[in-house]
Amino acid sequence: MRLESPHLLGIEPLTPGEITLILDTAEGFSDIAEREIKKVPTLRGKTVVNFFVEPSTRTRSSFELAEKRLSADSLNFSTSTSSLVKGETLLDTLRNLEAMSPDFIVLRHSEAGAPHFLAKHGRTSIVNAGDGAHEHPTQALLDAFTIRGKKGRFAGLKVAIIGDILHSRVARSNIWLLTKMGATVVVCGPPTLLPRGLDRLGAGVTHRMDEAVEGADVVMMLRIQHERMKGGFFPTLREYATFYGLNAQRMKRAAKDAIVMHPGPINRGVEIMGDVADGEASVILDQVRSGVAVRMAVLYLLAGGDREAAPSER
Amino acid sequence: MSTTTRIRVLDAPSIDRSLTRIAHEILERNKDLRSVGLVGVQTRGVPLARRLAQRLGVIDGQAPPVGVLDINLYRDDLSRISDHPILRRTEIPYRVDDSIVILVDDVLFTGRTVRAALDALMDLGRPRQIQLAVLVDRGHRELPVRADFVGKNLPTAETERVDVRLTETDGEDEVVIVRVEGGKDAREEERP
Repeated sequence: MRLESPHLLGIEPLTPGEITLILDTAEGFSDIAEREIKKVPTLRGKTVVNFFVEPSTRTRSSFELAEKRLSADSLNFSTSTSSLVKGETLLDTLRNLEAMSPDFIVLRHSEAGAPHFLAKHGRTSIVNAGDGAHEHPTQALLDAFTIRGKKGRFAGLKVAIIGDILHSRVARSNIWLLTKMGATVVVCGPPTLLPRGLDRLGAGVTHRMDEAVEGADVVMMLRIQHERMKGGFFPTLREYATFYGLNAQRMKRAAKDAIVMHPGPINRGVEIMGDVADGEASVILDQVRSGVAVRMAVLYLLAGGDREAAPSER
Repeated sequence: MSTTTRIRVLDAPSIDRSLTRIAHEILERNKDLRSVGLVGVQTRGVPLARRLAQRLGVIDGQAPPVGVLDINLYRDDLSRISDHPILRRTEIPYRVDDSIVILVDDVLFTGRTVRAALDALMDLGRPRQIQLAVLVDRGHRELPVRADFVGKNLPTAETERVDVRLTETDGEDEVVIVRVEGGKDAREEERP
C-alpha cells in the first residue's frame, strides 16, 4: 500500500484507502512526542524547503517540527525573505530552489493552484500547505485524525462546518475528506460567506446555525479572517457573533458527546466563546498535537525512494 | 514459470518445545527476572515474546512485562524502497533505563532488523543489557550480530525464504522453507 502520487496537492485526488493509510501511519508517529528522545532517523539526509509565500506561524512550525523529528534538514523561505517581492517569477524561484536539490518543497501560497504549478514544472515532491481558498490537505488530515481518535469512525457522523466558508481552504479540504470517508457534512454561514455549488461537493447547506448544530457529532468552527474581510461581508463582528458564534447555549443542540474543533488561531468572542473553546468538548489543542504526527506521516509516505523500483515485501 | 516448493521444518509441538527451552535458558542466564523485560519486534516477534513471558511466568512464578517495537523508522533501506512499510505502534510499558531487555524476533537473517531494533531501543532509554532471542537463525549475516537464544539453527540457501507462521497472526504454528526455482535473492525481499 502506498500513495499514488509523489506529491500531496489536495484531498480531492486521494482515495479513501490512501486517507486511511496516512491516518494509520500517523498513529505510529503520535507517541514520539511523548518520548524523551523525540526524534527518529527516518529522513536523515533529506532536505525540505518550507516555502511560505503567505504569513503562517502554526502550520510552518508544525511542519518544521515534523521535519526535525524525522531528522530531515529544513530550510525556511518566507515572503519577507523571498525574492518574489523583488519580481522573480514562481517558475524562476522553483528553479533556484531545485538547484539546491531539496527532496521536498512544502508550499504555502496565496494563489490557488500554485503547488500544482510547481509539481508540474519541477522534479521535487510538493506538499501543499494551503493554496489560496483552494485546499489545505494536511489540516483536513489532522482534523480527521483528531475526529477518528475521539469517535473511532467517520461513517454516520454528522459534522457541522460553520463560519467563513468562502475564503476557507480548510472547509473545502474537510468537505472532500469527510464525505469520501462516509460522514455527513453540513456547512453554515452568512449568505455572503457561503459560495455557491457546495452541494455539488456533497455537503448540506444552511444559513441557520441552530439547524447546523442540531444533533452534530462534530462542530467545526472556522476563523473569521479579518485580513480578508475588506469587502463588507457582514455588518459588524458583534452581529456575526450573535448569529454565527458558538456559545454554550447552542452547543446544547449538538449530540451529547459532541466535540468542538477550530483550526486556530481562534477569535474569542467572535466565532467561538471562551467557555466553549476551553470547555470539555473542545479538542482544539488535540488538533495541534495531531498536526505534527500527521505531517510526519505524510513526509514519511512521500519519501519512498525510487517510485519506479519494485515494491518491497515487508 | 517458477515453481514453488514448501518444506515444513518445524511443526507446532517443536515450536512449543523450542520456546520452553529458550525460556529455561533465559532463566539460567538471568537469575533475577525482576529487572528483565521482553520486547517483541513487529510483527511476529510480538506473539513470540508474549509466549515466552507466559512460560517464564509458569516456571518462575512471575511473567516479565512485554513491549512492542516497530523498527521501520530505523531501517537502512528507506530511501531505496518505493513504498514505505506500514508503521505500527511502538509501546513499551516499562522503563527501559537500567533494565535487561530481551529482544525477540522470529527469524535472524542478515542482522539488519536487529541493528535497527538496537537503535530504536537506544532512543527509548539506556538498558543495562540487551539480549537477543530468535525462533530461527537461518544464517547469511551481513552485520556482526549473533543471538543469545536460538530456537533452531536452519541452514538455508540465500534464494530460499523462511516463513514463520503463528496462530496469533496466521492461524497456525509452523516454520516452512519456501524454495522458488528461478526466484530472486531472498535478501532483496526481506531486507533488512
